[in-house]
Amino acid sequence: MELLRSSTVLRWMLAALGVVVVLSVLQELARPETIDLVSVGTAESTLRRAVPILLAGLGGIWAERAGVVNIGLEGMMVLGTWFGAWGALEFGPWWGIAIGIAGGAAGGLLHAVATVGFGVDHIVSGVAVNIVAPALARFLSGEVFSGRSGGGITQSPRVDSVGHFDLPFLSGGELLGWRTPDMLGWTADQNWLLASDIAAVLSGITSSLSWATLLALSLVPVSVFILWRTPFGLQIRASGEHPVAADSLGVSVYRMKFTAVVVSGALAGFGGAFIAIEQTGVYREGQVQGRGFIGLATVIFGNWQPVGAFLGSLLFGFADALQLRDRTAVHALLLLAGVALAGLALRALLKRRHGSAVLLASSSAAVLWWYAVTDEVAGELPPITPHVVTLLVLVFATSRLRMPAANGLRYRRGQE
Amino acid sequence: MSVRRFALALAAPVCAFTFSIGVSSLVLMAFGTNPIDAWSEMLSYGTRLETFVETGNRATPLYLAGIAVAIGFRMNLFNIGVEGQYVLAALLAASAGAAVDLPPVLHVALIIAVAMTVGSAFAGVAGYLKVSRGVHEVISTIMLNAVALAAVGFLLRNWLLDESDTTLNMMTPEIPASGQFPHLNSLVETFTREITRGRELWGFLLVAVFVGVLFHVFLNRTRVGFDLRATGLNPFAAEASGADPSTNIVRAMLLSGAVAGLIGLPEVLGDAHKYDLGFARGLGFTGIAVALVGRNHPGGIAIAALLFGWLDSSAPILDVVGDAPREIVSILQGVVVLSAVVAYEVVNRIRRVSEARDAAVAVRLPLETSTGNTA
Repeated sequence: MELLRSSTVLRWMLAALGVVVVLSVLQELARPETIDLVSVGTAESTLRRAVPILLAGLGGIWAERAGVVNIGLEGMMVLGTWFGAWGALEFGPWWGIAIGIAGGAAGGLLHAVATVGFGVDHIVSGVAVNIVAPALARFLSGEVFSGRSGGGITQSPRVDSVGHFDLPFLSGGELLGWRTPDMLGWTADQNWLLASDIAAVLSGITSSLSWATLLALSLVPVSVFILWRTPFGLQIRASGEHPVAADSLGVSVYRMKFTAVVVSGALAGFGGAFIAIEQTGVYREGQVQGRGFIGLATVIFGNWQPVGAFLGSLLFGFADALQLRDRTAVHALLLLAGVALAGLALRALLKRRHGSAVLLASSSAAVLWWYAVTDEVAGELPPITPHVVTLLVLVFATSRLRMPAANGLRYRRGQE
Repeated sequence: MSVRRFALALAAPVCAFTFSIGVSSLVLMAFGTNPIDAWSEMLSYGTRLETFVETGNRATPLYLAGIAVAIGFRMNLFNIGVEGQYVLAALLAASAGAAVDLPPVLHVALIIAVAMTVGSAFAGVAGYLKVSRGVHEVISTIMLNAVALAAVGFLLRNWLLDESDTTLNMMTPEIPASGQFPHLNSLVETFTREITRGRELWGFLLVAVFVGVLFHVFLNRTRVGFDLRATGLNPFAAEASGADPSTNIVRAMLLSGAVAGLIGLPEVLGDAHKYDLGFARGLGFTGIAVALVGRNHPGGIAIAALLFGWLDSSAPILDVVGDAPREIVSILQGVVVLSAVVAYEVVNRIRRVSEARDAAVAVRLPLETSTGNTA
């Protein structure tokens, strides 16, 4: 028990295990109608779809921790997709990632110049970035991709991905030229209750793992470390909490905000490049599909914490993966949502928040009724789960959220 | 003094537009095309009557979108959800129009009423969430946009589809003739003595002009409009003078949504007479750009909407002639937005500084004369 309290990692692992167990039970309940709720493919797909959302979310956190709201994440991701695909086409996939990051960072620089340099309203500038970026991408596609085979004004030729690997021993990867046994894959195939499901999830996460995914995941601890464990991070956060006080202590607030917004753009650009190079293998117009906004949602969902944004991106990645792989599985999830809402209602009742309790209980009843009377969920629902969940979180948990105190406020040095 | 203020106000958009032309010319040059050729080609094509008719048709929804956004902006509310509001409103209004049979004027009135109610109600959700739960309207409207567009897909596919249609293009049933809006071609022909060659100037243009006038009167001549502006300029002072912020927020969102509901109607009433998959999307976001460039002023928005509409309708010639890709116009529009907001900000600052200086001079003036007397 003491160990549990002291080790955050252990706590998260237990929570993750809990999620898999719940899904596994649900899977058993819903069989044979549903088979893909917990599977190697779903786990792998979830991770791959979570990465761009995660990167956008991290981008949002960097900017907002420095006090700059970044609605322009969407546009910066668009820049990332175009420059990523172009770089991958010209110089190879890793250069594509790097150039995509640079493209996103350029968008971030634009936002920084407007908001920090000229004091333009953050939302206004972000909207402007979102208008400029797709226009630029379309223009550049017409100029650069149009002449090439498979390319056109809305699409690039196919590009190579950065390559992937299997973890040795766990998922049968190679080690020094020797093919190790695929332990997780074997366990997943055994149809053992629970154990096989857990192995399937782990196998999905550890097999054919893209190097770019690994890099993206590592940015979560890196962001936490930089923002919370270094003087530089403290200065960035101080600029977002109380810029005047930070300034009086000698922090160069403008420089901090500038840096943070450019990093934010770079992360969004990475997310965009990941979509183009790793997920689809091609630049296509409109392929970002609002993921920048979903990233913004994970910032709120995760309470402006990188780990929270990571969890949010996994949830939304899961919704995304399921709707593509198995529509009936989404229907089974309604049951889960209904039960979860009922649990929340009970908790609200115990805490004597009667208004919330009534609302939650009635929505729980509605979801369960929906589950009972339908066989399949409309295809339009899964893509908007992130948006609905975010609205619900904002409506029911506003008091638990705490954004940086000076977030979104215009700051001019020497003016209160 | 007032001449200088006027010059300053004019300087910002002119500078922004010149700068944008410069940037887009540089982009064109970087890709080896002569910008002068491209611009002059656009100018000569863009001054034909057909292009003007097209400009009017494109500017009408943009103007309405700009006004819808500006109503929120005027009190520092960002209705990013105009996009979702107008698409949902257009779908439901088109369906309602096709479902009933009414005498001509009444029929159109009903469609307009449905569109405004739907837009208003959907925007009202965001207003209510802000007032009751403190949810920032930027986030809630972005999320509600996705919900609205999903709802449009679901409703069209499952409930509102035209049963008799055999093509694969999903559409609602057609609105009967009594629910269609007349076009203004006879008017155009009277004034220009030219025929418009198969193009129709949508009559909804007049409604847009009317909405603009109404917006102006509402802001400057009514109590509610004054409260709205005051809340935008200084929420604390406005509250102290009796303008309840919550009421104003909900009111502004409802009004903004009602105008947003109109955006899709020029197309629904004037041209397509139904909602189908080819329905114009993205006007809500362009509307934000138009409102920003037009400084949330009814006249400014009109100029911005006409400019954007003209650029859109004269750009296609570039592809025909082959001087430059038409997408350069999108870049031009994007840069106009960015540079315009920066220019307005700079001009604002210059004005504030000069006002402060003038005030300081005005206060010091009697002081100096008095010291002069003692010496």
